[in-house]
Amino acid sequence: MDANGATTSSAAGGGSSSKSSAKKNSRKPKYSRFTQQELPACKPVLTPGLVIATFTIIGIVFIPLGLVSLSASEHVVEIVDRYDDSCVPPNYSNDKLKFIQAADTNKSCVRILPVPKLMKKPIYIYYQLDNYYQNHRRYVKSRSDKQLRSKSGEKDISDCTPEDKTKDGPIVPCGLVAWSLFNDTYGFSLDSKMIKVNKHNIAWKSDKDHKFGDDVYPKNFQTGGLIGGAKLNSSLPLSEQEDLMVWMRTAALPTFRKLYGKIEEDLPANKKIQVVIQNNYNTYSFGGKKKLVLSTTSWMGGKNDFLGIAYIIVGGLCLFLAVFFILLYVIKPRPLGDPSYLSWNKSPSGQPN
Amino acid sequence: MKRYVYINDDESSHELYCDNRISNRKYTVLNFLPKNLWEQFSRFMNQYFLLIACLQLWSLITPVNPASTWGPLIFIFAVSASKEAWDDYNRYLSDKKANEKLVWVVRQGIRKHIQAQDIHVGNIVWLRENDEVPCDLVLIGTSDPQGLCYVETSALDGETDLKTRLIPTACMGIDFELLHKIKGVIECPNPDKDIRRFDANLRLFPPFIDNDVCPLTIKNTILQSCYLRNTEWACGVAIYTGNETKLGMSRGIPEPKLTAMDAMIDKLTGAIFVFQIVVVMVLGIAGNVWKDTEARKQWYVLYPLEGPWYELLVIPLRFELLCSIMIPISIKVSLDLVKSLYAKFIDWDSEMIDYETGIPSHATNTAISEDLGQVEYIMTDKTGTLTENRMIFRRCCISGVFYGNESGDALKDTRLLSAVAGCSTDVVQFLTVMAICNTVIPIKSKTGAILYKAQSQDEDALVNAAAQLHMVYVNKNANTLEIRFNSSVIKYEVLETLEFTSDRKRMSVVVKDCQNGKIVLLSKGADEAILPYAYDGQQTRTFIEAVEQYAQLGLRTLCLAWRELTEDEYQEWSLMFKEASSTLIDREWRIAEVCTRLEHDFEVLGVTAIEDRLQDGVPETIETLRKAGINFWMLTGDKQNTAIQIALSCNFISPEPKGQLLLIDGKTEDEVCRSLERVLLTMRITSSEPKDVAFAVDGWALEIALKHYRKAFTELAILSRTAICCRVTPSQKAQLVELLKSCDYRTLAIGDGGNDVRMIQQADIGVGISGREGLQAARAADYSIGKFRFLKRLILVHGRYSYNRTAFLSQYSFYKSLVICFIQIFFSFISGVSGTSLFNSVSLMAYNVFYTSVPVLASVLDKDLSEGTVMQHPQILFYCQAGRLLNPSTFAGWFGRSLFHAIVVFVITIHAYAYEKSEMEELSMVALSGCIWLQAFVVALETNSFTIVQHLAIWGNLVAFYVINWIFSAIPASGMYTIMFRLCRQPSYWITMFLIVAAGMGPVLALKYFRYTYRPSKINTLQQAERMGGPILTLGNIEPQQRSIEKEVSPLSISQPKSRSPTPVYEPLLSDSPNSSRRSLGSRSSSSYSRNCKDN
Repeated sequence: MDANGATTSSAAGGGSSSKSSAKKNSRKPKYSRFTQQELPACKPVLTPGLVIATFTIIGIVFIPLGLVSLSASEHVVEIVDRYDDSCVPPNYSNDKLKFIQAADTNKSCVRILPVPKLMKKPIYIYYQLDNYYQNHRRYVKSRSDKQLRSKSGEKDISDCTPEDKTKDGPIVPCGLVAWSLFNDTYGFSLDSKMIKVNKHNIAWKSDKDHKFGDDVYPKNFQTGGLIGGAKLNSSLPLSEQEDLMVWMRTAALPTFRKLYGKIEEDLPANKKIQVVIQNNYNTYSFGGKKKLVLSTTSWMGGKNDFLGIAYIIVGGLCLFLAVFFILLYVIKPRPLGDPSYLSWNKSPSGQPN
Repeated sequence: MKRYVYINDDESSHELYCDNRISNRKYTVLNFLPKNLWEQFSRFMNQYFLLIACLQLWSLITPVNPASTWGPLIFIFAVSASKEAWDDYNRYLSDKKANEKLVWVVRQGIRKHIQAQDIHVGNIVWLRENDEVPCDLVLIGTSDPQGLCYVETSALDGETDLKTRLIPTACMGIDFELLHKIKGVIECPNPDKDIRRFDANLRLFPPFIDNDVCPLTIKNTILQSCYLRNTEWACGVAIYTGNETKLGMSRGIPEPKLTAMDAMIDKLTGAIFVFQIVVVMVLGIAGNVWKDTEARKQWYVLYPLEGPWYELLVIPLRFELLCSIMIPISIKVSLDLVKSLYAKFIDWDSEMIDYETGIPSHATNTAISEDLGQVEYIMTDKTGTLTENRMIFRRCCISGVFYGNESGDALKDTRLLSAVAGCSTDVVQFLTVMAICNTVIPIKSKTGAILYKAQSQDEDALVNAAAQLHMVYVNKNANTLEIRFNSSVIKYEVLETLEFTSDRKRMSVVVKDCQNGKIVLLSKGADEAILPYAYDGQQTRTFIEAVEQYAQLGLRTLCLAWRELTEDEYQEWSLMFKEASSTLIDREWRIAEVCTRLEHDFEVLGVTAIEDRLQDGVPETIETLRKAGINFWMLTGDKQNTAIQIALSCNFISPEPKGQLLLIDGKTEDEVCRSLERVLLTMRITSSEPKDVAFAVDGWALEIALKHYRKAFTELAILSRTAICCRVTPSQKAQLVELLKSCDYRTLAIGDGGNDVRMIQQADIGVGISGREGLQAARAADYSIGKFRFLKRLILVHGRYSYNRTAFLSQYSFYKSLVICFIQIFFSFISGVSGTSLFNSVSLMAYNVFYTSVPVLASVLDKDLSEGTVMQHPQILFYCQAGRLLNPSTFAGWFGRSLFHAIVVFVITIHAYAYEKSEMEELSMVALSGCIWLQAFVVALETNSFTIVQHLAIWGNLVAFYVINWIFSAIPASGMYTIMFRLCRQPSYWITMFLIVAAGMGPVLALKYFRYTYRPSKINTLQQAERMGGPILTLGNIEPQQRSIEKEVSPLSISQPKSRSPTPVYEPLLSDSPNSSRRSLGSRSSSSYSRNCKDN
């Protein structure tokens, strides 16, 4: 306000007409299509044709896509075997927790898995945990990426409580995630011939190269009072510990599968695979399930019907909407933009002109 | 209450009064940070954000990196703080410049060049021609022998004419040298901001003059920020200095205006806040229960058995932080940004430039553009706002003879010309009054032509007309003025000027004819102020007729009169006048009383009629805006008949068969009451049928009505769409605005003069016309425009677009925050209600600040309808007025949409990325990209017109999202290293995206299409019409109408019969009357009306 007044009065002080005209010119805004809000614009209208066509196209595209996804999913051969209950000897069936926590019980367990169809290599071996909250806040936070990456970050354990250090020094790898490493093991044989399980390259390459350092060796791991899960071979650097890497890619959902290894040979149909499971991991205390999964893969990944079904449903709904709108259009046509629908134009008495 | 200023006393007043240091600064270097922070944190939203940010510092509960809140918070604060600092620095610079300006001041009897800031009260300040006045001064000497000087006061009141100021009589003739030594005392009131009034006394100490008290008025002062013109030098005593000057006192930071939309957004924010608290409490309790029942069994989480005392609070607080994004931190910044752009669009609009003066429109207040689209009542001034305020002398009636009736221009009437040539006494007297009964200053330009500097446009017109009729006002030299009539020069000595006040409604001068020494009183004024005072026996009937006839033509009338005074009568009166002029208390009233003692027994000479032409496009503008459902009230100081005629000629009210005008008048309470009841009754009856009923009320009746019958008058105000209030004072104008505001109406006041300033400041939106009455109104206003007709564009185009855009922007801001927040809430149910954040800090921050803000900002260019369509169908403004685009139900729609989209994204993501794919970082990126895809399509679907900017913003943003995330994925140290590359290589990722888009947008599109086609709003219908190229309009075309007042005269039965009660005429009226459209659209039903009627 004030500055405004000053300029006005000073300009008026000049008083001459030339000055005031100069002022006028300078205050005149420059013309541009932007400043005048006149940029060329395309103004789409939701015409019946456009909308019906959109829905039809979505329907036509989505249903085949859904079928393709579904068939991809169908082609995946998957063997799922829940073993947490059955691998507890009958005499412990009332106190499974005691069985799993006791050090002296025999935890090995044999399972026979029939192969329903020919499984082409590579066959992925997963272990699946249910009701296991790897995404719990206390859990996800309890790790130190710096410590995993390089030796220099060894002391960086502030986030790792309560599994941060023992009396001998910082734990490497520290934190609840590493501490609770899954430790069931599986041995496969077909017709009493061992099947080789390839446990290399089961972790992400980027994890091996960058997230887990090759100069970081496990230290003080699982030596404290409480033993969580698996122990690590302290002579191998973390970049070689692929099970750990897989485990430390925390899952976002309480039901998840983690890659255990790969079988690099075809499994013929109707054969039975014998699996020797070392059932070490405690899921009994919280009622979690453990499953062993053998699965082939497709371009979509593992067996998952959801996308296929969802595509078919969405596509179907779109087609239905398209048909509905066509019917509506035929039964109850309504011209677009009829000015007679404007209530102020409806009056018969007309308008003043 | 009073201050005594001792002239030229170097010591006494230094402690008492401040020096002349001007300070407009809000802050100092030291207090800037605390004060600014305090101001910013006095707003609820900021307190909320600060609390959240502080909570985030507690690492136990923070779900994300504190930087994700601190960053934007500090940014927002820094932006508004640096804006404040910059403004304050500029104020400091301009203060400094003013303070350090060198001025000549008398110190110890010697003139010295000192800085303006060192002036003290009582100092004598010398000014040269074209100097700016550094503080408020009482004149004591000028270079002019008569003690006159000229000042330009445009910085003070915007009036560009020169004003004369004169030295007090006591100081007359003091020698130039002696002025340095003058001593005395000035008794003056404490500083106030009234720039039209200064009631003080001056007493000079011996030896200068005897102890006589000399009255001082505003005429004897020159105020700060004026300029000295046409005067070689002047000197004065500083009376008010620094921030205590009249200018300094009237300066003030106006209350920030809050738009209806802001209030609604605040309300919705409050609702969301409550919702958030509820969610937090529910989740907090659930979290604690889950923790105690389930999490303790989960050995891998390793919950300690004994927690600290605050353990129960941890989970609720975590959820509070997780949900804090429900209230988007970006909304304030985005709104500020787009609002200033709206204001810029107004400034830039080339269709709102007044090409006559080259003045573009200007939005002073950048924050209230949306309110323009919600205006329901427009209070307009008449003169200078509806009319051009360019007065042209058209007709006159001199002693019963009408001139100018045939040609419409008295100056071309041969009869008058011949009467002038024949020196007819009546005519000469008439012309003399026209020429000299005024306060006009003639200035001879170098070419010899005479320019008149007049404060009043009427006087200007009269003097110019007189000059064309060979009665030329040639020169004014102190108290002597010269007129030239037919080449003979006549000199008059001005003895007294009885100034015009709005109460007296007339002004007079007492002059002495220098030739024959006769003293004459010349008067001009409104008919009711002159005609009743005619001498007994004069026939005033023809004059009354003339006044009525002229008023019916919409002309402004003035009656001219004169009376010869005897020397004794004058002397006797002159003493009384002097005494009255020097009173300190009620001076104005006393003077008025004394004046009436002289102003009687007039010989009425005649009536002048001055035309004030309507501005271009006024009738069309009013018609269009009335169709838009805006009610018009005319508040004018002019007389009733003129006001009604102007109202008729500019479509304000309809002539008799269509419309009806009811009068409220009366001089006593009872009369007003009866009249009001009657009008109210008629209104109630006719309000059920479509009829243009208006009422007219004059200032006196209004005063009584507002005082005693406020409730009834309020009801009337609500019922009536149109009103004419004549003879109202500035404060009454403001009162009326206040009345309508108290009924919950959005009011817009438009005016051009100083008398409109209060109403402009009072109204929700003040619009000033930068017209001929100066810039005062324009400066006080939120918007200044050059012509009344721009109002149409301002409201229908700028106001409407601003409203629509803000409605979308604000709701969208909540929508996008809610989407992400709902996803977090859903995720918490599958993460053990522990308060894990699905998204990482970087993504969350970027989502709020970048990914979702940029596309929506482009919506400032969105136009739902083209300008032309809106102009042709102004009724569409109803949607803005009634707040149809932003209200709890539309907000509920957006809320539902956000819930739906969150469900779609979440369900599809967790199912598509189940089992072996359920890696945390991947899943979070899938969900985030799902949101971003949906955002892009939501904005695209809600955009009505795509310009290149919108395409860039919407689709470019989508691309930018990938580019940014690829960059993050390429940094090994970041948590999401390689994630985006991995995802983009998976076919299932893209398939999931398409599924999310189709599932999320399909129903939205279907619903929108259904509503668009089968339940279209009027906006939709017009959109379809305009875009399908169909017949946009067959009806309601508004053609520019060329009307002249004369042709429009329609007999008005309402103007005369003041006693007779107007009989209601029931005629079927235009059914397009916005009254009916209003009702059919169902906005203000009678229930809301009765709500409004409650005691205000």
